Parts: sequence; C-alpha cells; structure tokens
Amino acid sequence: MEEPNILLIDDEEAFVTTLQERLEMRGFSPRVALNGQAGLDMITQEPPDVVVLDLRMPGMSGLEVLRRIRKGWPGLPVIMLSGHGSDQDFESCLNLGAARYHKKPLDIDVLLESIRAVTQGNHPAR
Amino acid sequence: MKNILSSTLNTIKADMDTDISSPGRYRLLRRKIVSLMALVTLLPLLSLAGINYYEHQNTMTAEIQAPLRALVGKAKHSFELFLAERISAVSFIASAYSFNELSDDANLQRIFQVMRREFTGFVDLGLIDPTGRQITYSGPYDLVGRNYSEQAWFQQVQFKGTYVSDVFLGFRKFPHVVIAVRHTTESGQSWVLRATLDTMHFDRILAAMGLGPGSDAFLVNHHGVLQTESRRYGRVLDKLPFELPPTNFESNVQSVREPDGQNVFIATAFVADTDFALVAVKPKPTAFSTWYTVRIDLLFIFVSGVVIIFLAVYRVTSLLITRLQESDEQRLGAIHQMEHSQKLSSIGRLAAGVAHEINNPLAIINEKAGLMRDIMGLRPDFPEKEKFARQIEAILRSVDRCRGITHRMLGFAKRMDVKIEVLDLNAVLVETLGFLEREAEYRNVELVRELAPDLPNVPSDHGQIQQVFLNIMNNALAAVPDGGRIVLRTWDESENFVAISIQDNGCGMSDETAKNMFEPFFTTKKEKGTGLGMSITYGIVKRLGGEIKVMSKLNEGTTMTILLPKHSVEG
Repeated sequence: MEEPNILLIDDEEAFVTTLQERLEMRGFSPRVALNGQAGLDMITQEPPDVVVLDLRMPGMSGLEVLRRIRKGWPGLPVIMLSGHGSDQDFESCLNLGAARYHKKPLDIDVLLESIRAVTQGNHPAR
Repeated sequence: MKNILSSTLNTIKADMDTDISSPGRYRLLRRKIVSLMALVTLLPLLSLAGINYYEHQNTMTAEIQAPLRALVGKAKHSFELFLAERISAVSFIASAYSFNELSDDANLQRIFQVMRREFTGFVDLGLIDPTGRQITYSGPYDLVGRNYSEQAWFQQVQFKGTYVSDVFLGFRKFPHVVIAVRHTTESGQSWVLRATLDTMHFDRILAAMGLGPGSDAFLVNHHGVLQTESRRYGRVLDKLPFELPPTNFESNVQSVREPDGQNVFIATAFVADTDFALVAVKPKPTAFSTWYTVRIDLLFIFVSGVVIIFLAVYRVTSLLITRLQESDEQRLGAIHQMEHSQKLSSIGRLAAGVAHEINNPLAIINEKAGLMRDIMGLRPDFPEKEKFARQIEAILRSVDRCRGITHRMLGFAKRMDVKIEVLDLNAVLVETLGFLEREAEYRNVELVRELAPDLPNVPSDHGQIQQVFLNIMNNALAAVPDGGRIVLRTWDESENFVAISIQDNGCGMSDETAKNMFEPFFTTKKEKGTGLGMSITYGIVKRLGGEIKVMSKLNEGTTMTILLPKHSVEG
C-alpha cells in the first residue's frame, strides 16, 4: 500500500522541517506549511490523507484551522500537536473532531503509529 | 457625660479597626466595653441612690429636729412659767404690803414663811430702800444694813422694775438666782424686794425633758456661761466650748460641730424676761441610729445590684468578645487560605507558560537528535557510530527528563482531576517507600513502620496520595543525617479521619520556616529545590478534604501529620 500523503502545519520551522526530513527517511513525502492559512491553501490545492497540526500558532490558531478543515473536508483526519498540555485544549480538540492529540516533544514512532491508525480509518481515537 | 460616652465609643471603634492580630487587643476591647456598659447601667442606679440618700437624709433630719424643737419649746415654757410665778409672787408681796409693814422684821419673817410654803425654791427675802440699803432680811445670812446702791443689778431694777440675775454661787457654794422687784406707791415712795432662788428647780425642769443617753440640756447666759450643770460641757459657770449659734425666742435647731469633731444637733431658745437661753444637744450618730439601720439594708440591696449588673455586663461582654475573636480568626483563616490558593493559581499559570515555552524548543532538540540518529542508522559506515549514538541517546534522555519536568509543572498548573478509589493507605505508603528504600539503605537511614493493621480503607486518589507521601518522605530523607531514623505511622484518628504521620530525627525547622513551609517557592534547599513540593502537597491534601499539620523543633526533628477523610467529600 502506498504511504499516506501527510501535510504538516506548524510555525516552528526548525521543528517541522526536521520532522519532514525524518518522515521522508521513512518513505513519506510530507508537505509543510508554516502557518494556518498556507496549510488551508495547500489542502485546497491537493487534499492530503492526514494533517498534523500545531495547536498554538501566530495568526490563525490551530483550533481555527481545525474548525475550517472539519467544515471543508469533513473526512480528513487531523492529528493535533501541542507544547501546552492543558486538559481544556485536549477537550476542545476532540470536540472539534481531531482524531488524535499529542504533547510535544513526542517520539516519532508514536506519531507514525497515530498516522497509520487514522489513515486506516480507525479514528476517532486517542 | 456625653463626651465621656462618645470618646469611649470612639476608642472602641478605633480598636476595631486596628490590626486584628495584635495581642491584647481583645483584652483591651473587653475592658473598654465592660467599663462603658457598666458606666451606662450603673450611672442611673448611682444617681437614683444618691437622690434617694439625699432626700432620705433630709426627711430624717427633719424628723430628728422636730421633736427636739418641740421639746426645747416645752421646757422653755416651763422655765418661763416657773420664773414668772416667782416674779409675780415677789411683785405681789412688794405691792400688797406697805414699806412699813415690810420693814418690820417679824412681819417679813412671816411673809417669807408663807412664800416658801406656797412657792418652792425661795432661799431668802429682803427689803431694800431706794438708797440701796438692806432694811430687813429673812434668810440664812445676816445681810441687814448692807448697801447695794453701787451694784449693777440694783441700778437695773431701779430702771426696769424687775430683774432676774445670772446664776451665781452663794456663800454656801450652791447656785442661786436673784429676783428683784421695785415697787413705787402713788405718793412716789419706792422700795425694792429682793429674793434668792435655789436653781435646783431648774435641774428638775431639765430632767423632766427626758433626754436619752448622750444627749444634754442646760441653761446658758448670752456670754456662753453655763447656768446649770451640763453633761457634756462642764459645771455651773463653766464656759461653753463653742459659740452659741444665733438664738431667738422661738426654739431653733442647728447642726454644730463640737471642738472635738463630733457633729451634734443643737436646739436653742431664749427664756423670756431673763438673760438665759435653753440649749438641748443631741449627737448625730444617736439621732441617726434608726436611719442607719434602714441604710444598711438599702446599701446591701444596692451593692448586690451593682455586683449583679457588673457580673452580667462582664459575662455578656466576654461572650461577645469570644464570638468576635472566633469570627476574626475564621475570617483570617479564610483570607489566608484564599491568598494561598490565589498564589497557587497564579504560579500555575506561570508554570504553564514556562512549560509551553520550553516544550517547543525541546521538541526541536528531540527532532534534531532523532534526525541525527536516523541519519546514522541509514549509514552503516558512519565513523565512530557507537560514540555518536551514545551522545544522541544522552540528548534524548535529557529531553525526556525535561519533558518530565515540564509535564509536572503543567500538572501543577492544571486543575488536577481527582480520581477517587478506595485505598489501603498502608499499602500506598509501603509502595511509595519503595522509591526511597535504596537511598535510605545507602545512607544507612533506618525506616521504621508502625502501621495500624486494621486501618480502614479510605476513598482517595492513588496518584495524588502517593505524591503527597513522596514529597514528605523526600523532605524527611533530606533532613535526616546519615544513620538517621524515619518513623512512619498510621492510625485511626477519629470517626471521620485516619491519620498518617512521618517523623524524622533530622535538622528540624525554626518556627519561621514551619510557618512558611506551605508557601509556594519557599525553600530551604537553595538551588536544589523549586519550593513547590510542600505547596503542592498542601493543595492536594486540602483538595482531598484532609488536613496537614507540622510539628517541628530545630535540631530535634519534624513530624508531619496528615488527616484524610474516611468518607468522600464533595468538591
């Protein structure tokens, strides 16, 4: 089976490009957007199989991007990442239809497992 | 009065505003309220008693004075009557007989005998011609031929017609009074009839007044010379030791202070046609003896009233102050707790911000190190692969540690959801001890368990209880020296609580430290501690509905006691 098409949306360039590189080493071809609007534009151009989205970003917040994705592409699974681990954030994300939620920093294997799980249609789950 | 009240009220108000934790404040407040209330309640009572006393005294004085006045009035009349009779008798003889008849010695003797029979008290009788020569005399002395023309009394009787002398002591040394009457015929011939009276009868009149013991009555002339014997002031012709108060013919009562300091009532009245004043004396204590008996009863009632009022005021005030103190303490406790939780919540927000800011760079380090490992993994010929792999592992382990720290900080920040389950606290304690046993063993610290075998299970949060135990045991372990001793105890405290204590024989704490130990960021471990451990512990125990207490003595050790509820609590 072909590896899923991943879109990474995060304002931390050093983090997201490194993650992109590591995913590429594992056979993925993730695209990267450095803010919410750019991410939404990329989804419009070519919808991915899964979106990995940072919660806190300047400009459009992760929650707002999530809300728009849910509205425009209801079947697109979104995995939320956050350096801030409050329970309210976690609950908000799940309520808005995020498939998974992870705290930064996280192990790449954990992320990969989540990506696999949600693209095989096992969501919503943690 | 109004000023006193308002100033006292103001000081009380001022006291209410001052620092409520200042010692002695409640004592002062109690004293002031008691004095104010006592003043307000006792003042009417005191004024009433004062007015009553004054009125009563006036009435009693009047009641003492009236009989005394009446008595003197009556006695005065007796004297006047007695003297008037005698003067009339002498006057009658002077008028009824001619000069020649009276000049006859035998005649005078006969007249004198009759007079003595009819009127008691006469001692002698004599006829004196206008030149002052004694013509005839009937009595115990031989006075015939004596000339009285130069004597004051003779001149007075010539002038006034009648004369009553002051008392004098005769040859036989008993007191006498002389009555002299001048008679003038139509032809112009005049003579004087002179009689002497024994004053024994005066004493009889005074005795008839029936004065009580300590009282006195006597006659005195206007020079203050006693005319009859006085019980208080001496014998006949002695001088009164004080000035006679102003006197007139109506009997009159006055209060006089004697030279020896005694207060007496003195009733005085002039006796008509004489130079005498009748004086009756009644000492005040005697006069007031009945009044004092009444007073003692009233005084007893008054004093008991004052005592009862004062006790009631004191009791009510004490109750009030105790309530006030309790409510102040409660308020202070509430404020303290509120401050503490506010501090915790702001620290929570701060910790969350810090954790968030650190987590992002931490994620970058994590990814970069991960990438390095990935790259190395893809190239089997990587030089010094093992060495680099070790470095990367060290970086990743550090990241993991940092993640642990930031997650704990976030854990402190977020409102911890309490997950209640039924716990065997002994088991939790032993389990937690497992974390520290190795360090204790290494440092040769003795861990003593005195756990109640039948400790009831309590509903609580396993993880949080464990954190509480761990925090306290960590502190205990840090406090004891190598070879020290830590004692863990559990017991059934009461109907509602079980207790766990962790006691060490370490360095202990000063009172100041013990007071502040639950404050966030308060630490004695310098850079080794965050100062959050005990604060978190306190927060958890409170949230679980428990209590945490510390007993510590510098250089002797510390005992931390935790009380946990046996039944789950709301909130």
